[in-house]
Amino acid sequence: MLKKTIVAASITAALFSAAASAAVEVNWWHAMGGTNTERVNKIAADFNALQSEFTINAVYKGNYTETMTAAIAAFRAKKQPHIVQVFEVGTATMMAAKGAVYPVEQVMNDSGVELDKSDYLPAVISYYQTPEGELLSMPFNSSTPVLWYNEDAFAKAGVTTAPKTWDEVASVSKKLVDSGMKCGIAVGWQSWGLIENYSAWNNIPLGTKQNGYAGLSTELTFNNKNVSGNLQRLADMQKDGSFTYGGRRGGSLAMFTNGDCGMWINSSAYYGSIKGQAKFKYAQAMMPFDSSVASGPQNSIIGGATLWTLRGHDKEDYKGVAEFMKYLSSAEVQAWWHQETGYVPITTSAYKLSQEQGFYKENPGTDIAIKQLSLNTPTENSRGIRFGNFVQIRDIINAEMEMIWNGSKTAETAMNDAAAQGNKLLRKFEKANK
Amino acid sequence: MQKRVHYNTSYLPYLLVAPQIIITLVFFIWPAMQALYQSFLLEDAFGLSSEFVWFDNFVELYENPNYFDSFIRTAFFSFAVAGLSMGVALFFAALADRVVKGAHGYRTLLIIPYAVAPVLAGTLWLFLFNPTLGIMTYFLDMLGINWNHKLDSSQAMGLVILAAAWKQISYNFLFFVAAMYSIPKSLIEAAAIDGAGPAHRFRTIIFPLISPTTFFLLVVNIIYAFFDTFGIIHAVTAGGPGNSTEILVYKVFNDGFVGLDLGGSAAQSVILMFIVIGLTVVQFKYIERKVEY
Repeated sequence: MLKKTIVAASITAALFSAAASAAVEVNWWHAMGGTNTERVNKIAADFNALQSEFTINAVYKGNYTETMTAAIAAFRAKKQPHIVQVFEVGTATMMAAKGAVYPVEQVMNDSGVELDKSDYLPAVISYYQTPEGELLSMPFNSSTPVLWYNEDAFAKAGVTTAPKTWDEVASVSKKLVDSGMKCGIAVGWQSWGLIENYSAWNNIPLGTKQNGYAGLSTELTFNNKNVSGNLQRLADMQKDGSFTYGGRRGGSLAMFTNGDCGMWINSSAYYGSIKGQAKFKYAQAMMPFDSSVASGPQNSIIGGATLWTLRGHDKEDYKGVAEFMKYLSSAEVQAWWHQETGYVPITTSAYKLSQEQGFYKENPGTDIAIKQLSLNTPTENSRGIRFGNFVQIRDIINAEMEMIWNGSKTAETAMNDAAAQGNKLLRKFEKANK
Repeated sequence: MQKRVHYNTSYLPYLLVAPQIIITLVFFIWPAMQALYQSFLLEDAFGLSSEFVWFDNFVELYENPNYFDSFIRTAFFSFAVAGLSMGVALFFAALADRVVKGAHGYRTLLIIPYAVAPVLAGTLWLFLFNPTLGIMTYFLDMLGINWNHKLDSSQAMGLVILAAAWKQISYNFLFFVAAMYSIPKSLIEAAAIDGAGPAHRFRTIIFPLISPTTFFLLVVNIIYAFFDTFGIIHAVTAGGPGNSTEILVYKVFNDGFVGLDLGGSAAQSVILMFIVIGLTVVQFKYIERKVEY
């Protein structure tokens, strides 16, 4: 006990002396690798140069999963950072950790820093709000799946416009293969694109209780005829190469950029990579919708990550967090970030600023993602998803989908099995977070 | 005189073993107890609320068909890795035993893979067999074999077995060579004079005489395949396609660190702990006693 008091006293003393001499340090753990690390560092450095009261330390902690796990482990050891970047599927886990998370709206209010929620794109912000509308984390890098296509290959196959429906995708794929392409279409982050966004885009539920927004007792319902019918169609398209599977994450990028596949459904945030790698004319179009399910597309849901504030630091520190969040979501920073990376701008003002700067005219197609996200007012089915243990559930979905692709299961059986296993994890999450 | 050699202070022996005991307690017993305790808890990721649920986590594993599949898969994987790496190592050792010129260089070269870290070994094999870029894929394609371990479960399993076995060959080789050295040369020479050829001598003299080493290596290899192959699996397949290469230790990692299900993950590691204890008991009690020259 005595030891603890001494340690606490010396730590407090150290903190006081540090506060007296230097700026308040705010730690930010993020998962932006590659060239995006430099961009994140630039945002932090610019903020530090702008004022002298606070210093943001941006630390790269590995991929999304590693960063989240590191932050949670650090919280358990009482060494947590102030800000941590968490990907969208970790949202439910973070939300449920009420004692650990300091909702960003409260952080801003408590520090007296203005937050204009009406400026944020609805499809982006609704993913991270409580049912009552409180904003829990600050959107930072958001994207949505779009249809990337090879214009040169389209011209060679005699295809003039990008397919709008899955039926058209099938026939365009066939034409591409007939014209000598190795593969018609590939998909990255398949659960996100072919199940989660397929459901939102066609306005059908992914689970009960408003996709989990209305309570932990939600159950998965993606094992329906529409989802499995579409997956079965893709599985059958494998026979002549119209569809080719290229891995769970973004690894199929190479199949598109080396010219094997004429179409690719994946995040708009691959803009930078495709721009650097593709030696042909490429373009992006909206994701296809399923004309047997819907008469037209609804709106797509986002992927990417947001910044969560963790509790357990001094009040003064959170003032710094609030100031930084305000800077981060300013139109200038967001427009720059959007134009550099292909992530969507999170506010309307950043979108307008990019328009004024002429970015979309010079780079046609770069606004497809925003148009997709804001096509219609989000419904219960297209607002987003909030399922606990969803990181694991996605793993299960991926595994079951691989069994469809290698023919060991039909799409219907695989989806039923995935939903059954996923529901068990949902029940477990409900039990652990009563 | 007797008093000089007699330690009447009783704390000295305790003091001498204390460092070892402390290290074992802090780095082995304590974490193991933590895991045991954790396996009885249902806890959220942040550790904000936890509930003591007795054997719920174990019951859940028992009821989970995937866990049972993973068990079978791990057994198959372990025996395949042990069999392949020991077989190849034994073959090399038998050849090395007969080499006179340049034996040193030959042996040194064979030991190199042991120094390669599991993740690197995995990455190395992944590059060779990469479905789009790999050189081996290219050659296999010329033979009419379509290689895509991202989709084909048995190819994926084959690849991780190959990578895991390759890394362990050196270790096994060293032990086999040493065991063969200890066989009296006179025995082999006598057999040779009696007219037994190299293959016959190996079968009737060398192999029976090195059987204690073989059994020791079998246990060591199985434990290696159970636990140390994590890096290889992580780098090559990450458990896929489907769950076809998700062995037990990988599932512990996946459920605990990716899925943040600490209770379930801890329960799995407790089961693994008992498997190792079991294997060690088998090794000490039966194998080392029963196999004799």
